[in-house]
Amino acid sequence: MPDCEYSQAYLVPNPMTPNSAIIFDPEVCTGCNKCIDFCRTDVLMPNPIEGKPPILAYPDECWYGGCCVGACPTPGAIRMDHPLTMRATWKRKETGEFFRIGMKNPPPPNLRPPVVE
Amino acid sequence: MLGNTTDLQNIGRIEWPYPVNYGKENYSEVDLLIFGGGLSGCAAAINAAKRGAKVAIVDKGPLVRSGSGGTGIDHWHDACTGPGSTVTPEKMVEWYLNTPYWGGKFTMAHQRYIQAMESYDALMDLERWGCPIRDMDGEFEGADFRDPKTRLMYAYDYNQRTCIRLKGGALMKPLMKAEAERLGVEIYDYVMSTSLLTKDGKTGPGATVIGGTGFSVRTGEFYVWKAKAVLVCTGIPQGLWRFSTELNGASAFHWDPNLTGDGHMMLARAGAELTLMESNNAWGGNGGFRYPMYGVGDWSNTWYPCPIVDANGKRIPYVREGKEIEDWDELFENAWPGFPKSKDNITPGGLATLPPDLPERIKKGEFELPFYADLTAMSPHERRALWGLMIGNEGKTNYPVYKLYGQNGFDPDQDMLQLPIFSPDDVLTKPSWVGTRIPQWREAHRTSNCAIFDWTLKSTLDGLYVAGLMTANNYGAGAHATGRYAARNALKYAAAVGDCELNRDQIETEKERIYMPAKRTNGVGWKEFKAGCARVMQDHCGAYKSEKVLKNGLKWFDTLREHEMQKLYARNPHELMRVHECYSQMVCSELTIHASLARKASTSTFDFKRTDYPEVDPPEWDKFVTVTINNGEYVTSELPLDYYLRPPYSANYRENYDKYNAL
Repeated sequence: MPDCEYSQAYLVPNPMTPNSAIIFDPEVCTGCNKCIDFCRTDVLMPNPIEGKPPILAYPDECWYGGCCVGACPTPGAIRMDHPLTMRATWKRKETGEFFRIGMKNPPPPNLRPPVVE
Repeated sequence: MLGNTTDLQNIGRIEWPYPVNYGKENYSEVDLLIFGGGLSGCAAAINAAKRGAKVAIVDKGPLVRSGSGGTGIDHWHDACTGPGSTVTPEKMVEWYLNTPYWGGKFTMAHQRYIQAMESYDALMDLERWGCPIRDMDGEFEGADFRDPKTRLMYAYDYNQRTCIRLKGGALMKPLMKAEAERLGVEIYDYVMSTSLLTKDGKTGPGATVIGGTGFSVRTGEFYVWKAKAVLVCTGIPQGLWRFSTELNGASAFHWDPNLTGDGHMMLARAGAELTLMESNNAWGGNGGFRYPMYGVGDWSNTWYPCPIVDANGKRIPYVREGKEIEDWDELFENAWPGFPKSKDNITPGGLATLPPDLPERIKKGEFELPFYADLTAMSPHERRALWGLMIGNEGKTNYPVYKLYGQNGFDPDQDMLQLPIFSPDDVLTKPSWVGTRIPQWREAHRTSNCAIFDWTLKSTLDGLYVAGLMTANNYGAGAHATGRYAARNALKYAAAVGDCELNRDQIETEKERIYMPAKRTNGVGWKEFKAGCARVMQDHCGAYKSEKVLKNGLKWFDTLREHEMQKLYARNPHELMRVHECYSQMVCSELTIHASLARKASTSTFDFKRTDYPEVDPPEWDKFVTVTINNGEYVTSELPLDYYLRPPYSANYRENYDKYNAL
């Protein structure tokens, strides 16, 4: 018997790259589908089950415009990730620390809003 | 399972979530039909509707956020008639004509004049529609770039005052959509426009445009519009040389990925002339090595003039005309537009840059990579203007850069955003986020690849008008200016033109063409087809062009059309849109090759080099090459560079503007 449980093996196509682009939190998303009608590249589709998050049908066509996130009336329901090939880096001037988008332990968020919301 | 990958993908598939009804016709009759719902299309729609016209506007995406400026704009150009401006429209036009990067002698100067005359008026319209422009709450009180009286904020050149920073540019498009709705504009979101309908179904020079067709990318339903006048503002063709969604995804586009040249295809098929189709280069922001727009350290455009430091914190100076700039205020004097001193036609004149000898200085060890944009070294107002006003309003920055980076802990008061790492020879690439460019990944130059149009913004076909990027205008301000101007003229024409019937044969032929791929479920996928077409352009229409190679490119497209294109399939209306985008791009590629063949000389104004005609700028080639389709064949022609100042027009810009502005 193996020490750990392996996941069941299925014959499936390769993961799409970029992998995810848009991620829904099914606990928070109400399935209002407003994001679907803001997406300019038509990558989001309604879930056949009402109230469930939209389906990201075409992550490879996402333009990373963030219009979906901007349209969402429920904070935390949807987030966008830049592809791993396009994540910015910065340095904290005082300490010289290295940071980048998508770290496991990021620094505390800076929530100052832009000039106009 | 038949062993085909699409079979594997088809297992567990779910039904298309919208009610599909291929072939069902929807019909509407309007005064003005607008294809393209970006800034110019929306500005046109609003300006037409407020004059009482019945208007339909059609876009592949949602009007609320569609178009190159749909996700926001940070600054507003060429507001020559605004308060405090020291640059006249005439002077602005002169600058364009002298600046190769923005057009040089190939500038569509009549359109630039229209922009300079109406940019400020269009801005005031926006303000009336609810878009915040001025710094009313005084957040930037005391800043050099803010006029205390008007509370307008300026960018680049704080004396010339032609470029205005927008307080709420990210809100522009939703506000314009709301205004269009309020005025009763018929809005067709998620509908792809596919063809222009013409009188008696006749296409070619002399045809008259009387409507258009499209289909819904959700339901697949067909749309037919009869219109007194049609305005096409679908942007410039993109992605002809490069396609990959397996690296960065479709985000490897600077401009709106919906800009697939649909309008150019429609114009050519109707017989309207296009020009500067041979102008393309590897300067744009669409390569596979790019970063999020404005989302990395930079020193140009929106990021001008953020202090740049090297890996050890050493300042890299800004330089103008060979002189290091020490005084911060100097960076904003004679900066924009300024007359270009540099022969490098990538660099617009006036703005200071990093030192031209920076590559050598890195190689010698004077400066060490990586470089950082030291926002912390800016004054609080300038820092907040860059990160909060510009980044926050500019396209794709409100959430994808400003908020997302903030969520990840980025703080401009403490942090220095790293510039992309370039090899030293490429370190002066700007804007930095375009990444390393390679000659094979070319793109239509953004102040080219336009229609031939007159002082009313009419194309070479009656009933057909153009605006925005289709007039070689690459600014949000220009999109508005040309949109509102074209709408007025289109309405003037619509009021006088008689009624006529649509040609049923033309509609049926189009319907059959549109739905053909939806009858197949297997064959050649659109992605591979698109990539294949891009490969043809990379090989046959690259940095150095020649007749034999260009002609082989045409043979490739001929054989693609007869073979692989006939196997394109669409398993749903969204895929059908992508298939038809492939078709638009093929036509645009062919237009590009034909125009390239016709220009039998190299030029320095745009990146056009022929190994078989290496002479650069022989005077007899100071002319436009035009291209269109007539009787199923691509045909090229010529026009003088100043055709818009020759009879029947005046040689004077202002006289022409006053006569043709339809105000």
